[in-house]
Amino acid sequence: MGATHLPSTEFDGTEMDDRLEAEAEAQLGAPATPMVQLLGPDGTLGTDPVFSEYADRLDAEKLRGFYADMAAIRRFDQEATALQRQGQLALWVPLTGQEAAQIGSGRASQPQDYIFPTYREHGVALTRNVDLAELLRQFRGVSNGGWNPKETNFHLYTLVLAAQTPHAVGYAMGIQRDQKLAAAAAAAAGRADGHAGGQAPEPKAAVVVYFGDGASSEGDVHESMVFASSYNAPVVFFCQNNHWAISVPSSVQTRIPLSNRAKGYGFPGIRVDGNDVIAVHAVTEWALEHAREGNGPVLIEAFTYRVGAHTTADDPTKYRASAEESRWRAKDPLERLEKYLRAADMADDAFFAQVKADGDELAAYVRKTTYELETPDIRTAFANTYVEAHPLVAEELAWFEEYSAGFADEADTVEADTEGTR
Amino acid sequence: MTTMTIAKAINEGLRATLRSNPRSLLMGEDIGPLGGVYRVTDGLIAEFGADRVVDTPLAESGIIGTAIGLALRGYLPICEIQFDGFVFPGFNQITTQLAKMHSRSNGNLTVPVVIRIPYGGGIGSIEHHSESPEALFAHTAGLRIVTPSNPHDAYWMIQQAVDCQDPVIVFEPKRRYWLKGEVDTESAGLAADPFKAHVLREGTDATVVVYGPLVPVALAAANAAAEDGHSVEVIDLRSISPIDFDAVTESVTKTGRLIVAHEAPTFGGIGGEIAARISERAFHSLEAPVIRVGGFHMPYPVAKVEEDYLPDIDRILEALDRALSY
Repeated sequence: MGATHLPSTEFDGTEMDDRLEAEAEAQLGAPATPMVQLLGPDGTLGTDPVFSEYADRLDAEKLRGFYADMAAIRRFDQEATALQRQGQLALWVPLTGQEAAQIGSGRASQPQDYIFPTYREHGVALTRNVDLAELLRQFRGVSNGGWNPKETNFHLYTLVLAAQTPHAVGYAMGIQRDQKLAAAAAAAAGRADGHAGGQAPEPKAAVVVYFGDGASSEGDVHESMVFASSYNAPVVFFCQNNHWAISVPSSVQTRIPLSNRAKGYGFPGIRVDGNDVIAVHAVTEWALEHAREGNGPVLIEAFTYRVGAHTTADDPTKYRASAEESRWRAKDPLERLEKYLRAADMADDAFFAQVKADGDELAAYVRKTTYELETPDIRTAFANTYVEAHPLVAEELAWFEEYSAGFADEADTVEADTEGTR
Repeated sequence: MTTMTIAKAINEGLRATLRSNPRSLLMGEDIGPLGGVYRVTDGLIAEFGADRVVDTPLAESGIIGTAIGLALRGYLPICEIQFDGFVFPGFNQITTQLAKMHSRSNGNLTVPVVIRIPYGGGIGSIEHHSESPEALFAHTAGLRIVTPSNPHDAYWMIQQAVDCQDPVIVFEPKRRYWLKGEVDTESAGLAADPFKAHVLREGTDATVVVYGPLVPVALAAANAAAEDGHSVEVIDLRSISPIDFDAVTESVTKTGRLIVAHEAPTFGGIGGEIAARISERAFHSLEAPVIRVGGFHMPYPVAKVEEDYLPDIDRILEALDRALSY
């Protein structure tokens, strides 16, 4: 439905962009940050003095891979939304519209980099080889995490907004110290090539932390940028400006383009078309190289749009116009890459048919695995509260065991009764 | 054995940790060349450099949050919060992130961060510099909380906190920083387990449980009571989370009476928790209700009247009289 009586927060993304940039220009006395775009909504590839070089590194296979990733995560998103509607998940957080921002940035990272997501980065999770079924554990209520970050260098989702940003900076400060310790060890071993012993040196690493336009207002983002700047930490702040923090438009969070804030901290800020996977990949690759080489932090603002609801519990018709959603759907990240791939003869009908088939296969796998996700025993919660033995936890667990044992005679009956309702 | 103050003992404990573990580091406001507002980190930046004694931006959430990130990367950060009342900007990071990380990762991640917080009143200071917020943290599962009352414990506790794989908050009794005592830097001895309470004085008529800054007060009260013919047992709790309920239960089983004293307000506090647990564990041994001595339900008062707020010898003796009257 099209809302007809909307509050003054209604706006067009482009109009807001223009207005904010005009304000910024007036305040700064200089042109506001332009937006990097390489692949336009019509599927034609433009140029950029800095980032075209990075786009040129992408061959047809990589571009087809981007498309396949974006299609896969969109199909996954649809399936997860359906699973929630069918009562199989407590909640779902859709990402539709933000595929290019997530796949483009995720594919720019290297295995040695460490990623701190917020809670909507399903596309980034895909690029880090997180089993997407594992991703649903949190939303089915069987885990607060679901995957082991040490296996993928993709941290757990963080639900307290922006709380992960200082973690990312601290992690990056650890990377800096690792490099110094390695250099010291190499010096002690009398080697000039920067590594001790016979093995190859560790590849240089950086950190990417994701947050949104809403979280940008949190104090933790500010403190994190101050710390990152003070210590020149190798961290890329990746802000997906999807224009809506649940029901509040980004104009309430900021009067200037968010990327401009980086100037205040003393490091580069880049606004990129978040629906342009090629530009996002190029900009993120540049930023990560910049950070890994010891040049300090970068803020990337991916200008995109949350086409769907904030979560499956949200109702966007109460706060924004469907016309606005339609305008953004016209900038769809998948459609523009498909146009380009077809026009450049990089992909044909068979490819797109295969992508669709793969997506359906992924959806079937995710659905099947969701049904099979095991409910944990609360004893694991007792076990994981502390690393080391804790007398209160032990005492309460002993009580729980004794209490539970009191129901032992009934256990078989209860099991039989509930069997049919699962 | 070496005689030193609590502040110096923590300083030496930190030095020992920084020497023995290259992945340990200190973070905090003014802890570098200044050595901290209480000089607890005095001289450490000269020995270990600015990468390991880190003067941070003035941002408590940033300090705790980046410490979590460093811990995730395999480091052992020891954070200094300048004053008790200034921990709250970092409260979110401590309670929603640090305390829960191990649990929410299903045991895959550990964040062995140590947070040092000078706490308590009695120093005639201004607002936010005299508080005792330990119960707020004790209520949060996933954290451990210890508080030394003497230099020997202080020297070892800070090192044990770093060695512990769980996050540990060390509440340091700031008005006792200059309290001197003997430290055995060769052996922890009885202080080997930081989470065990210590019976500092044996008695038969009543037990007084205290920790941190009130330990000398309770010992003085016990001396005064002895002159009146009352034998008072004094327990230094040492650990606020977990609490060594076994030690308290054992003592109360013997004495039949329990008084818990702390500077923090009694409502919703550590004393109430001990009273409840002991009433469950030692109901038939109790000759009197468990009596709490503590701060009032008010913001910490202005310095000129803090003597009326803080538990002192007389307040503990008054509680003792009440306990003995049953």
